[in-house]
Amino acid sequence: MNIIFAGVGGQGVILAGKVLMEVARNAGYDVKESEVHGMAQRGGSVDCQVRYGEKVHSPLIRKGSADFILSFELIEILRKIDLLAPGGKALVNRLRINPAPVESGLMEYPDDIEPWIVANLPSVRLIDTEEALREAGSKKAVNIVMLGALSKELEFSPEDWIHAIEAMVKPKFVEMNIKAFNLGREL
Amino acid sequence: MMQKKVLLGNEAVARGAYEAGCHFAAAYPGTPSTEILEAIARDYTEIKSQWSPNEKVALEVAAGASIAGARCLVTMKHVGLNVAADPLFTFSYTGVNGGLVIINADDPGAWSSQNEQDNRHIARAAKIPLLDPSDPAEAKEFTRLAFELSERFDVPFMVRTTTRIAHSQGLVELGDREDVAVKEFERNPQKNVMIPAHARVRHKYKEEVQLPALLEYSETSGLNRAEIRNKKRGIITSAVAYQYVMEVCPDDSVLKIGMPWPLPEKMVRDFASQVEELYIVEELDPFIEDAVRAMGITVKGGKGLIPITGELNPDIVDEALNGKKPSPDMPVYDASKIPPRPPSLCKGCPHAIVFNIINKLDLHVNGDIGCYTLGVLPPYNAMHTQGCMGASIGMHLGMEKAHGREIARKSVAVIGDSTFIHSGITALIDLVYNGGTGTVLILDNRITAMTGHQENPATGKTLSGEDTIELDLELMCKACGVKRVVTVDPKNADEFENILREETAAEEPSVIIARRKCILVK
Repeated sequence: MNIIFAGVGGQGVILAGKVLMEVARNAGYDVKESEVHGMAQRGGSVDCQVRYGEKVHSPLIRKGSADFILSFELIEILRKIDLLAPGGKALVNRLRINPAPVESGLMEYPDDIEPWIVANLPSVRLIDTEEALREAGSKKAVNIVMLGALSKELEFSPEDWIHAIEAMVKPKFVEMNIKAFNLGREL
Repeated sequence: MMQKKVLLGNEAVARGAYEAGCHFAAAYPGTPSTEILEAIARDYTEIKSQWSPNEKVALEVAAGASIAGARCLVTMKHVGLNVAADPLFTFSYTGVNGGLVIINADDPGAWSSQNEQDNRHIARAAKIPLLDPSDPAEAKEFTRLAFELSERFDVPFMVRTTTRIAHSQGLVELGDREDVAVKEFERNPQKNVMIPAHARVRHKYKEEVQLPALLEYSETSGLNRAEIRNKKRGIITSAVAYQYVMEVCPDDSVLKIGMPWPLPEKMVRDFASQVEELYIVEELDPFIEDAVRAMGITVKGGKGLIPITGELNPDIVDEALNGKKPSPDMPVYDASKIPPRPPSLCKGCPHAIVFNIINKLDLHVNGDIGCYTLGVLPPYNAMHTQGCMGASIGMHLGMEKAHGREIARKSVAVIGDSTFIHSGITALIDLVYNGGTGTVLILDNRITAMTGHQENPATGKTLSGEDTIELDLELMCKACGVKRVVTVDPKNADEFENILREETAAEEPSVIIARRKCILVK
């Protein structure tokens, strides 16, 4: 199974990957992951690629072979779409975060991305996490809300996921994140 | 049953050092190596650990601890090994007492670096044996093993990671910590004081005894292994490239190189003789390929097929070896309309105020390595030279040597607090000593920010967060002979601008310390 998390520095992209790896490892799978650090910490694009199965060699996912892509931000899916497998699915958060060239007025944030996705990419589902995040009580839980949405597509039980969240998230945020996870399952 | 855990490659290296009974670890932060020492300070407090001011000092402290009898780890990014090259080449002769392991993190693709140098060449040039793991599990195992080997062969060992090992996670088997005592220090100047008469003897020993023994180990240890499958095509490969080969050529025979130097010549010849066509798949330079060709062996495809620049990935290897192109059916959105999301200075970053005022004064900027290097990008476009850690001040003096004092009135050197301590101080001494009149701007944000907020001598805290004596930057600059040293909060933009005008106009060396905490630090 090949799953890509894409987003922006600060959105918890890598933690999302860690939770998924914990779930897959607990189920007895071999897992590998690759992530982008460093310069990305300064507001750049961040991605985290997770692979699990009987035996995993490459930590990188090949073009046209991602089973799922989770994009935590609207533009970021466009940078990853060529990785999606023909039968794969993508879940895309409708949130917009302006990249630096938009902030400084050099470029515009394209306003036709959503209609373009709807018209061209039937395997991509746009989801709105705003309501769920308000209810969960923290905008920072976008990663776990997205995992909740993903969890409906994978073989693992909600208990498996909650167990992994408890293991990977700081104790004082566990309750809020479990709420976020359950709200994500409703999206 | 052995416990398995998902670890980042860097965490796996830390674990390997812990299991080997390592006593001491030192480093200067550098992507993609930084998390190793952070993991040690966090998870393995049995190991004394520290940030050193730069990689050369880190290696020297570790070498001292090793010769005194402790097992030692020193970690750095690839360009950091350039800084540490001086001690490296000579401690290669002296050897060790307690095992000494150097972790070198290469960065193919230059994700967070100024170049794509391939440090396998440095291992060979320094005559230091090299291990090259292909995933986090091997990173742990090779690191653990390297301590034992370092003592057995009496030489520092180098373990090389790359970004896709260091910043990749995978399942790692956890073992227990070996209980190793710190050995006694024994005076042995013939071995540990490299005057020419001693060095010649040690070099001869290396060539005649140590390297042949290491070569024999490389041939027989199992770190290099032939996986014979279909004999039509054989592929010699190493590091993460091995994983890509296994992904796209699962039926081919493979010679997996885990110890690329000394390269096991007999194994290579034996493997080459068993397969019809020989290919070599390695990231960056033709390190293995050059050695194989020098043996007179015909290589059907190496760097002629596999790019020498950038990272490899399974798609590149598949296209090169199997002629397969990935053909995603996905419709593609007009790429020219997608705004890129480059890293940029944070909103409210004090460096941004500095660059805006530098632009207002239209100064030439000799830059350095840190978050502030992002000042080269729009909207600032305020950096005109930059090369390596600490270079800004020397280059600043060089411009004045080329054009005279006039250009120093229109220029500034920009360097961060940690980078100044790393290797800017000696250049400031040069500027003063050799009659420079330029202005150095130390952007003191009270932290080593770019690599993820590490302490440094000017923060007054150690790696483990303990209070220590704080380096006084003002006094340091004055001690270098700079009479005009002024500290200002760049948030007071008018005051900062006036000071910058005044100091660049002055016909003598000056330092402005623009001091304001990084906004990400509490």
